[in-house]
Amino acid sequence: MSESILHSNAASVTFQDVTKVYGGKVRAVDNVSLHVDAGQLVTLLGPSGCGKTTTLRMIAGLEMATEGRILIGEQDVTLLPATDRDVSMVFQSYALFPHMSVGENVGYGLTVSKLPKGEIRERTEEGLRLVGLAGYGDRLPSELSGGQQQRVAVARALVLEPQVLLFDEPLSNLDAKLRRRVREEIRDIQTNLGLTVVYVTHDQEEALAVSDRIIVMNNAVIAQEGAPRDLYDAPQDRFVADFIGEANILPCEIVRRDGEMADVRVGPIRRMLPARDLQPGAAQLAVRPKRVILSEAGREDALKGNLVKATYVGSHLEYRVETEVGEVFSIAEDDGKPFVQGSDVSVTFAEKGPVLLPADDG
Amino acid sequence: MARTEIRPGLDRAVSLWLALLWASLLVLPWYTLEDGFFSFEWLDGYPIDSDYAPALFLVAQGEKLWLLPLFLIALLPFAVRGRIKTDPFYSRILIAAGLGGLAWMALQGFSIGIRGWQFETLEAWFGPLGDRQFGFGYGAMFVCFAFLFLLTQGLAARGAVNGDSFVVGSIGLVVAIVGIFIFYPIIRMLSWAMRTNDGVYSIGVFVEKITSEKIWGLGCVTSTIGCGAAWNSLFLAILVGILTTALGLVFALVVTRSGLQYRKAFRALTVLPIITPPFVIGLAIILLFGLSGTVTQFVAELFGVQPTRWVYGLPGVLLAQLLSFTPIAFLVLIGVVEGVSPSMEEAAQTLRADDWTTFYTVSLPLMRPGLANAFLLGFIESMADFGNPLVLGGNFDVLSTEIFFAIVGAQNDQGLAAVLALVLLGFTLAAFYAQRFWLGRKSYATLAGKGDSGLHAALPNRLKIPVYLIAFLWSTLTLVIYLMIVYGGFVETWGLDHTPTFRHYITAFSIGWTEHGLHWSGAAWDSFWTTIQIAGVSAPLTAAVGLVTAYLLVRQTFAGKNAFEFGTMLSFAIPGTVIGVSYIIAFNVPPLELTGTGAILIISFIFRNMPVGVRAGVASMAQLDRSLDEASLTLGANSWVTYRKIILPLLRPAILAALVYSFVRAMTAISAVIFLVSAEYDMATSYIIGRVENNDYGLAIAYSTVLIVVMLAAIAFLQLLVGERRLGRRSEKAQPLMAAGG
Repeated sequence: MSESILHSNAASVTFQDVTKVYGGKVRAVDNVSLHVDAGQLVTLLGPSGCGKTTTLRMIAGLEMATEGRILIGEQDVTLLPATDRDVSMVFQSYALFPHMSVGENVGYGLTVSKLPKGEIRERTEEGLRLVGLAGYGDRLPSELSGGQQQRVAVARALVLEPQVLLFDEPLSNLDAKLRRRVREEIRDIQTNLGLTVVYVTHDQEEALAVSDRIIVMNNAVIAQEGAPRDLYDAPQDRFVADFIGEANILPCEIVRRDGEMADVRVGPIRRMLPARDLQPGAAQLAVRPKRVILSEAGREDALKGNLVKATYVGSHLEYRVETEVGEVFSIAEDDGKPFVQGSDVSVTFAEKGPVLLPADDG
Repeated sequence: MARTEIRPGLDRAVSLWLALLWASLLVLPWYTLEDGFFSFEWLDGYPIDSDYAPALFLVAQGEKLWLLPLFLIALLPFAVRGRIKTDPFYSRILIAAGLGGLAWMALQGFSIGIRGWQFETLEAWFGPLGDRQFGFGYGAMFVCFAFLFLLTQGLAARGAVNGDSFVVGSIGLVVAIVGIFIFYPIIRMLSWAMRTNDGVYSIGVFVEKITSEKIWGLGCVTSTIGCGAAWNSLFLAILVGILTTALGLVFALVVTRSGLQYRKAFRALTVLPIITPPFVIGLAIILLFGLSGTVTQFVAELFGVQPTRWVYGLPGVLLAQLLSFTPIAFLVLIGVVEGVSPSMEEAAQTLRADDWTTFYTVSLPLMRPGLANAFLLGFIESMADFGNPLVLGGNFDVLSTEIFFAIVGAQNDQGLAAVLALVLLGFTLAAFYAQRFWLGRKSYATLAGKGDSGLHAALPNRLKIPVYLIAFLWSTLTLVIYLMIVYGGFVETWGLDHTPTFRHYITAFSIGWTEHGLHWSGAAWDSFWTTIQIAGVSAPLTAAVGLVTAYLLVRQTFAGKNAFEFGTMLSFAIPGTVIGVSYIIAFNVPPLELTGTGAILIISFIFRNMPVGVRAGVASMAQLDRSLDEASLTLGANSWVTYRKIILPLLRPAILAALVYSFVRAMTAISAVIFLVSAEYDMATSYIIGRVENNDYGLAIAYSTVLIVVMLAAIAFLQLLVGERRLGRRSEKAQPLMAAGG
């Protein structure tokens, strides 16, 4: 798509100690600093109420920062309202103007910027072509399917060639199959045009799939940021471990350090794991459900467990096991011989996979 | 694509207001013009004659030197040239100029009047002033606007409401006009209530007047003397509030929850009274039930009893008000009854509630806000109603008529009128607060954004029969009354001589040919055209003010929003009679000298009907997702463009409702109008009242019929003009006449 007439004016986004306080009390975003490189797709990921949408809206200029500075490229935009920022946004609800045709919607930003008519038409057509809706310009938004409406919203934001393009949970109104396709399309357009994109979602799989980098937020602060694989394989704390890809968090003890490795004990189980700067003493172990292995009861080097619940979900089996260190959730291939609910089992962990976390402070 | 750079210097809006400021100072006639602006009589003598001169010429000739500081203040904004908007100096200068200008305008306006100094203390300090001034004219008015908007530009530059100058300007404008045309007159009236007829302020006189036996007497409880007007009004208003709410609910249930055919016709029937001039129903009741009324005579002959004047007094007024105000309750309640989510009723039914229990425990409580609103409206309408008690009241004195007689009667006691108006205002405000208190903070929102595919529960059996019966009887009564109204215009003298005639129509609406062309020779044409003109001007203004206010309330957050909302809804609780009295008290003297003009009628309509525009706007705007505005903003449109291109087009039904309602109200209003009309600007309703007082019922009824037809035509025309929203889905019919009123 290098021949596209639409270009990117991609610019970086920087937050310097930004705080947003609502009504003098509620801190929606608390002293957050972040940096998004030009041309990257960065996801803000977190549970609802974590401050990710507020962060996005502060980039857009729909909310004003209470404290701190916001830069887009080199320009300080902290005090600029949305109208004056070179940022466009794709809304969760798409926010297509129902009284305008698809073409009028896509051309709206160009029209209010008072571009020449010819250029508006040209860019509108190109925008629609980019999202695969060439020829749909005369329809009304209500005559399109949900996925098509979503693409119109993307086209409308694209044609302005913004410095930063924002997505606020763009896939949440689509069904599961469509979601996968649209997210790939968004990623393709972003890479082809070299756009800076900030993307908000609460769906960790979506975040892992589309992002260059992920910023995980929790309770108004950044919990961790990094490349998708880093976050999945090396979560910093209990929250990130559990939020990205579900994990059993079990209490454990670091018996001794051996260079970069630590000798870890969970009940009768012993493992050598990367120490991650933790000192001997109490710690926690994050184990993905797929790394929890069940076997016949009676093994010495395993946790003794009782199978509380076994659920068949088609592609695999899900087990809930009560053990001496707490309840463990396990996902196992369906080998045709499932364990029987209520029976005793042995629980072990795969050699690789478990990650050490610091002990809970509170 | 680079967006707007911030350039130093005055931005376009500020330059514009500054230009207006100077144009008004240099060119426009400063004082109010006796013959009106558009007669252009003032061009003779302009710009030298001090009655017509702009401020510049006045000061240059050494007259009205107190206007001189305005020029100095108007120079201030030039000091910000070369500064950027975010420079604190920029905003400080604009705020100083705006505030200073407004303050000086108010100070000089109130200090110096027709007789020179307005206050004796000022005279004592500065000695007698050899000069005087009249009310603000176009020059002064636009200077005020310019100062106001310079102030809001300055506030926006300081960062108020995210630095959005359109929003800050709108807030400033609404606050200013609400302050001037609602709060100021009420405060003036309050001070008049404490004055004796000699112009001395006295708490004693006030206490004496407000506790008078004539207002609060309880004679009717123990003897045959009438009670005080306050008790009568209160009793009547509570009855009317309860009964209109009940009847309105009955009709709303019939229309929405029954499979009855002719529901549309039924709906039209209940709406008809809204476009009927207020006392026409009263008239029809006299013609049916009065001493020589059809029904009275018929019953008298049938049973051989003496016809009585039983209908005059509480029964007649009550019946007339029920007929007049039930439709308002209906319009409020139909929205509420439709709005109750069917899934909630279905949920109740699946939880084993039978139809009556469902209705009683789920549907009815969910309608509570609607019921409270309907009651409040009925209560206020009844309190303010003027036409029906005047025609049917007999010895049953109510506050609104007492106020009228205090002003036009032999007493001509404006102080007493002010006191009575205060009592009236006290009642309605109390009802207003009681309603808010009762509704509390509970959420009654049942319309979620998601589609609700359920079906409304049918009426419980034990409700069906009484509901249908009442609806049927009531419709019959309404129909009969309207037939009477039409018929009455075509007979010689109702009740005495039923010879068919066009006499009344000819007297009122004859058109002759003279050598000068068409000659509107009928007696009613003057007031007719004035009415059309004033209703036509006030309707779009009302809609505009209402929708801008709604936009501010729904879409913007700013400090003092609650007070702002209260202020804009206050006029809803102020009876028209009170508005009328307070306007003649406040706007009879400079600086705002408006009595006797058409403007005062237009202004009174705007502020009487504005709450409806606000409500219509708030209701429809709440259905527009906020992300639509935000999308527009992030696409580079400013809030003015967003308002114009996104919100207004999507608000067409609300615009239509506001236009129709304010037009109709302006054509049919009487309570405020009766105080504000003048020889030059007589309105149809006050003309008709005059005919009724002369017992010329035929003409009054003929005229009313014409008004009804004209209003129907106007509604159809407005519907065409505004058009429908093009949304692709099912075509959305514009809502019929708006609910809620005041």
